[in-house]
Amino acid sequence: MSAAEANVVENDSQNIGVGSSSQDESGEQYLTFIMADEEYGVDILKVQEIRGWEKTTPIPNAPNHIKGVINLRGTVVPIIDLRRCFGMDQVEYGPLTVVIVLKVDSSQNSRTMGIVVDAVSDVYSLDNESLQPAPNMGDSYDTSYIRGLATVGEKMVMLLEINELLDLDDIPNVNELKQQVAAAQASA
Amino acid sequence: MAVDVSQFYQVFFEESLEGLDNMESALMALDPQTIDAETINTIFRAAHSIKGGSATFGFTEVAAFTHVLETLLDEVREGSRALHADHVDLLLRSVDAMRLMIETLQAGDVIDPEDSKELKEQFEAILKGESFAGVTPQVAEEQAAPSTQNSTWQIHFAPHPEMLITGNEPIRMFRELSELGELHVECLTGELPSFESISPDSCYLSWNLTLQGCENLEEIKEVFEWVEDEADITYKSLKADEVKDYIQNAVDATGADNTVAPASDANQFMVDSMLQSPKNEVETPKAGPVETVVKEQPNVESISKNNAATTTTVAKTPPKPAEASIRVGTDKIDQLINLVGELVITQSMLGQLGEGDSEDFTQEKLLRLQEGLSQLEQNTRELQESVMRIRMLPISFSFSRFPRMVRDLSQRLNKKIDLVLQGEQTELDKTVMEKIGDPLVHLVRNSVDHGIESPADRVKAGKPEAGKVVLNAYHQGGNVVIEIKDDGAGLNRERILAKAIENGVVQAGDSLTDEQINDLIFQPGFSTAAEVSDVSGRGVGMDVVRRNIQELNGTVDVKSVAGKGSTFTIRLPLTLAILDGQLVRVGVENYIFPLVSIVESIQVNRNQLNRVAGGSQVLRLRNEYIPIVYLHEVYSTQADFHSIEEGLVVVVEFENNKFGIVVDDLLAQQQVVIKSLETNYRRVEGVSGATILGDGQVALIVDIAGLVKMGGATQALKQIESMVKRQPKVA
Repeated sequence: MSAAEANVVENDSQNIGVGSSSQDESGEQYLTFIMADEEYGVDILKVQEIRGWEKTTPIPNAPNHIKGVINLRGTVVPIIDLRRCFGMDQVEYGPLTVVIVLKVDSSQNSRTMGIVVDAVSDVYSLDNESLQPAPNMGDSYDTSYIRGLATVGEKMVMLLEINELLDLDDIPNVNELKQQVAAAQASA
Repeated sequence: MAVDVSQFYQVFFEESLEGLDNMESALMALDPQTIDAETINTIFRAAHSIKGGSATFGFTEVAAFTHVLETLLDEVREGSRALHADHVDLLLRSVDAMRLMIETLQAGDVIDPEDSKELKEQFEAILKGESFAGVTPQVAEEQAAPSTQNSTWQIHFAPHPEMLITGNEPIRMFRELSELGELHVECLTGELPSFESISPDSCYLSWNLTLQGCENLEEIKEVFEWVEDEADITYKSLKADEVKDYIQNAVDATGADNTVAPASDANQFMVDSMLQSPKNEVETPKAGPVETVVKEQPNVESISKNNAATTTTVAKTPPKPAEASIRVGTDKIDQLINLVGELVITQSMLGQLGEGDSEDFTQEKLLRLQEGLSQLEQNTRELQESVMRIRMLPISFSFSRFPRMVRDLSQRLNKKIDLVLQGEQTELDKTVMEKIGDPLVHLVRNSVDHGIESPADRVKAGKPEAGKVVLNAYHQGGNVVIEIKDDGAGLNRERILAKAIENGVVQAGDSLTDEQINDLIFQPGFSTAAEVSDVSGRGVGMDVVRRNIQELNGTVDVKSVAGKGSTFTIRLPLTLAILDGQLVRVGVENYIFPLVSIVESIQVNRNQLNRVAGGSQVLRLRNEYIPIVYLHEVYSTQADFHSIEEGLVVVVEFENNKFGIVVDDLLAQQQVVIKSLETNYRRVEGVSGATILGDGQVALIVDIAGLVKMGGATQALKQIESMVKRQPKVA
């Protein structure tokens, strides 16, 4: 499995090359990952690297979804537990768990952060036109961290706007929202 | 092939800003009464390079503006225009305007020509006045001044070859002459024989000297009194316009670029070396005179001005560019290269040891390996220290802006202020320096605005009319201490208290110590200034100051005596990058304590513990009561010990108070490289940073101040204090 991960990383780097040259025709590329059998995507250009799970150093009195910090070649990088953010059941993290290291641009600076996910899935090229906007859920839900919804084959992929999602002060609870999105799609 | 000049922009900006700083400090040192040629030259050179650079890079607005400024300076430099105090003000304002332009360009914005238009017009008006010389009486007076008061002498000084043998030193005479007025020295080297036939103790040189501003020929003759018989000396009086031509010709004759005055120090050295050891003569220019301007620079440390000229500073501040660079002396770099060389040698030695089979590894090799490793350790430490030293800058970089600021402020506020700078050579990490700038500005402003009273009030209080603000920096332990001291009225206890009650920070009935009241000024939204001025009083100040300083792991506190003044003391870590740490274990996690704050580590018995009202625990340690903090409770983690006897108490000192922190175990002491948590995460209360241990794990560095505060230990300390007051003897 770890070899498979390495493959994914390799594929990514190739795809980045292709994507950046042919971006105009094929739209943007997304790296997708699996959590609790759902597929999510992030802009591949934001992905810095993919690593295996390693023990983190917890931060005192940090919110639940901050797992702690790790040493990424001399840089201290916080690790965010997306399952916790999304209100999913906790699973035991092991050597097969994957951490995606992302570059997040906030208003003042750019941060490096890691998210823990179940597994890395695939790389898709998606047209901006083929994306459905996040459904308007009314004022009570801020959907700004959803870039859009895409349909790949039979599956729905939720594309995340990580700059919004990993805004530290306001990491949302997606769980509830996701169910409503699914319901909205089913009825459509 | 076209060269992309934009890659040089950053260098130009930095050099220009540096030049502007030089201009500013030279202007501050300039006294319009006695114009110092070298100071004017410094200002002129800076303006000229900025003009040249900006024209090269196509920043026409800057170039056009600087050109006007330069023209005025050029006239002053040539002595055809007297410098007024108003001119200095105008020049200072134009420095501000130029700085704004450069910063605007640096931020990638477009310069608004309106900003500098007014200043430019003023300069042009002054310059126009010159072309109609004699029409305006003021200008006529200016014009007349140099020609009547300052007579100019041209002196031809040709020593006989044996003059040097009698111990007469031309440089010393020139220096003496330079004290009489502005001196231009032209050295004639035509008599120099070929190198082989030079006799080291003969003088082959002669000089043409032009002395401006000395009326008395006798004074000049006095200088040459001792060498009259050993030299041919002729004196000739010159008229003002002749002087100008004369100097111009002299400069032209050197073939040097006459717009950039040659650095006098370098030429001074040349003349020196030619005289003292003609062997060095090979290095000197082959022919032609060398112009040298010798003049003592007045040492102006404190500036106080009382004329209430309104200075309108440009209020717009463009965003600070993120890119930064540092200038490092070559000696520091050379030292680094040497150390790296040693490191390579050690590495190859260790590499040799590692070759061969395991059977080859003998006892003798082990010894050499250990030796090599200790050498490596030493190399690493030295390398680390040298690298750190690169980041250290004298604090004068930060202090240098204050003379100007205090001058402007005191003018605007109609106060007399003496600013004294001390310990300017104290070195401080560049990052710390940059971040401490704004808080310092704020504190100095506060001292000038709130601290120092108006001259009338001061006289009434029996103090000298001029207030005194002292900026002092020094090292203390692993810290840099910066003090801002004024001899003003001190903090107004009643008004602070009234304001605090009004803001609801304090209840009306609370009894507070003086320190607690002084501490209130660091609360957000707190200003006791009766009127909001544009200097201070908006109440967004001291809390920001404290927060900025805390972000640097520093502290700030204030001491104040009513009627005598107040002292703000800032303590900062020497560097942000390296820390001597003590590794401790609590549960499964390791933490770093800054070694400087640890007093001792002890095992305690349960019967040494007491509880004070409110539930906090205190430890009795040699006639002292020390509040106890359980680290795992504050950090919400698990510890191994169940009772305090199983753990260890690390006694730390913070702001002159001791606290005990309970941990599981003490591990190694080591130097750790501080990594910021804020880079990728955010500030965490009770944690000052993180580091990476030898095994690659991240360990958090404990912020003692935050920890004891969070642990409620400061609260406990106050309770102890109040208990001790009631019952002075410790049982």
